[in-house]
Amino acid sequence: MANPTGWKPSVEKESGGAGGPARPGTGGAVRGLAYEEKLIFEHAGGDRSGVSLPAPTGAWDPAREIPAGLLRGEVEGLPSLAELDVVRHFTRLSVWNHGIDTGFYPLGSCTMKYNPKSSEALARLPGFAAAHPLLPAEMCQGSLELMYRLERALSEISGFAGTTIAPAAGAHGELCGLMMIRAYHVARGNARKKVLIPDTAHGTNPASAAFNGYRTVEVKSGPDGRLHPDAVRAVMDEDVAAIMITNPNTLGVFESDIAAIAEVVHAKGGLVYGDGANLNALLGVARPGDMGFDVMQFNLHKTFATPHGGGGPGSGPVAVKEALLPFLPLPVVVREGAAYRLVADPAERPRTVGRLREFHGNFGMMVRAWALIRELGPEGLRRSAELAVLNANYVRARLQDVYHLPYATDSLHEVVFTDKLQKAAGVSTMDVAKALIDEGFHPPTVYFPLVVAGALMIEPTETESKETLDAFVEGMRAIAARAAADPDALHAAPVKPVRARLDETRAARKPVLRWTPGMALE
Amino acid sequence: MNFPDDLQYTREHEWCRVKGGRAVVGITDHAQDALGDVVYLELPKVGDVLKKGETFGVVESTKAVSDLFAPVSGKVVEVNDPLVDAPETVNEDPYEEGWMIQVEMSDPKELKELLDPAAYRKFLEEEAE
Repeated sequence: MANPTGWKPSVEKESGGAGGPARPGTGGAVRGLAYEEKLIFEHAGGDRSGVSLPAPTGAWDPAREIPAGLLRGEVEGLPSLAELDVVRHFTRLSVWNHGIDTGFYPLGSCTMKYNPKSSEALARLPGFAAAHPLLPAEMCQGSLELMYRLERALSEISGFAGTTIAPAAGAHGELCGLMMIRAYHVARGNARKKVLIPDTAHGTNPASAAFNGYRTVEVKSGPDGRLHPDAVRAVMDEDVAAIMITNPNTLGVFESDIAAIAEVVHAKGGLVYGDGANLNALLGVARPGDMGFDVMQFNLHKTFATPHGGGGPGSGPVAVKEALLPFLPLPVVVREGAAYRLVADPAERPRTVGRLREFHGNFGMMVRAWALIRELGPEGLRRSAELAVLNANYVRARLQDVYHLPYATDSLHEVVFTDKLQKAAGVSTMDVAKALIDEGFHPPTVYFPLVVAGALMIEPTETESKETLDAFVEGMRAIAARAAADPDALHAAPVKPVRARLDETRAARKPVLRWTPGMALE
Repeated sequence: MNFPDDLQYTREHEWCRVKGGRAVVGITDHAQDALGDVVYLELPKVGDVLKKGETFGVVESTKAVSDLFAPVSGKVVEVNDPLVDAPETVNEDPYEEGWMIQVEMSDPKELKELLDPAAYRKFLEEEAE
């Protein structure tokens, strides 16, 4: 087969022929030894095998050992493949994937920064990686000390009195933070009923509030993309348990009225919850604890470069002010003289919200985050925030003449554009995102935040070099030019990847979730 | 874009058609266009009591998940159940086959707070700026 991946001839011309380089200034997407790959069940098996087990000896009879209902004499369609067949199958699939180690990954709000291999190496040290969570304290002092020091560092970086490092990820941290807020109000005699949430918030905020039995009240942001004290004052009353604010918010805009907003909320006895999803923009520059926040969750997998998503797990520590310390979940690590001890018994912390996670949380992520904090140090952390802001503003400055900027307000670590200038030619945000794949870049976050119609949300992070950003900008500008000249080509994009434009609508409306032998697929 | 004269509109992009004491409710042509392909719907049950301005369901497109807001208060007396299995109808025919619920209004005076087609068009123009 001359063209097993189904690429279209027009692309060959454009990219300079098979294996030729893509247009200069793109993300370097070229074609080479790329393979179509069948499902593993579709591989015609001879009777190869990847294992050689010894023949059973003695009088062992499966029928006597295993209940009849669990016993199968034959398995229909089980692939019969050699080890190399299986290795190639999964290796080929793996190169269809994209990750931060492959290329630029500007997913706004997700903070896809590079995960340094030094952090990985340290997390793999046998003393950490193989430590059993039930080890007695005297046999894992090193691990406990790391947890203690990380907790202290996070508290200091964010300006809070104490931190739990147990929650498993950001949304789990939100859950934990709101549980503590509820416990705080209950201890004062009234759990309260409502949580205020700006219209720029992540969807997890209202979900976490609802999960804790609170009704959410949306607060509109102003024309500058900021939340204003008057808007909060208008809905603030003594039924409000808390307001949840992300700072900088999901537009990448710093909430410069945060102190005044906190005052409005505190005056009526409410608490201020900080969603630390965008803390990476403030590291070493400003501390949420100093802005009036009472509780804040971190996302170690964003801010401190531990792996994301499928490479996770995440980790979502939650920092609190003095008044909320008694409610922190267990366990916590305390230092007693030169020794470290895990406090796990609620008798010792009677007002704790309890245990949120088995054992100590995602310990491997704690090691990685601590490694990064120590590697960068205070100056390096500050530098990472400054570079993240610089990179986003560089992309903003170089694209704002060809993509519409819905808010003129200064950007911090991410920038939101829209498809307003492309709309007239019938080109949407989704078309731009798909076309970026042909340019060799992972698309940015699209259609979020919800307050922006047709949002394209770009977060380069501090990781990327000027060369990468320039290539991305060239790609985005080329798409803007094509949107004007040949909009239909963009509706068909991407055409270069192994799987071209997928029908997302049909996949959502008529999902086919199970493959069966011989099934006909269009 | 089409905004029929016999309907009243909300700032959240629902429409409302009054038939006696009942209000038929759906989302506008602008709403379906802005959402893009609708792929999933969550509608209330007959008998549910709605309060004006509060959410009565969810509409999901390939772009986003959005709440549906009740244009009037009252009890749900009919639900367009077939819509749930054919969400594309919301895109294809938002004002007729794409209706979502019928509400027995508890306070028809609330209708006065809704927008007529001209006012809704004007609101859309302002919102676009």
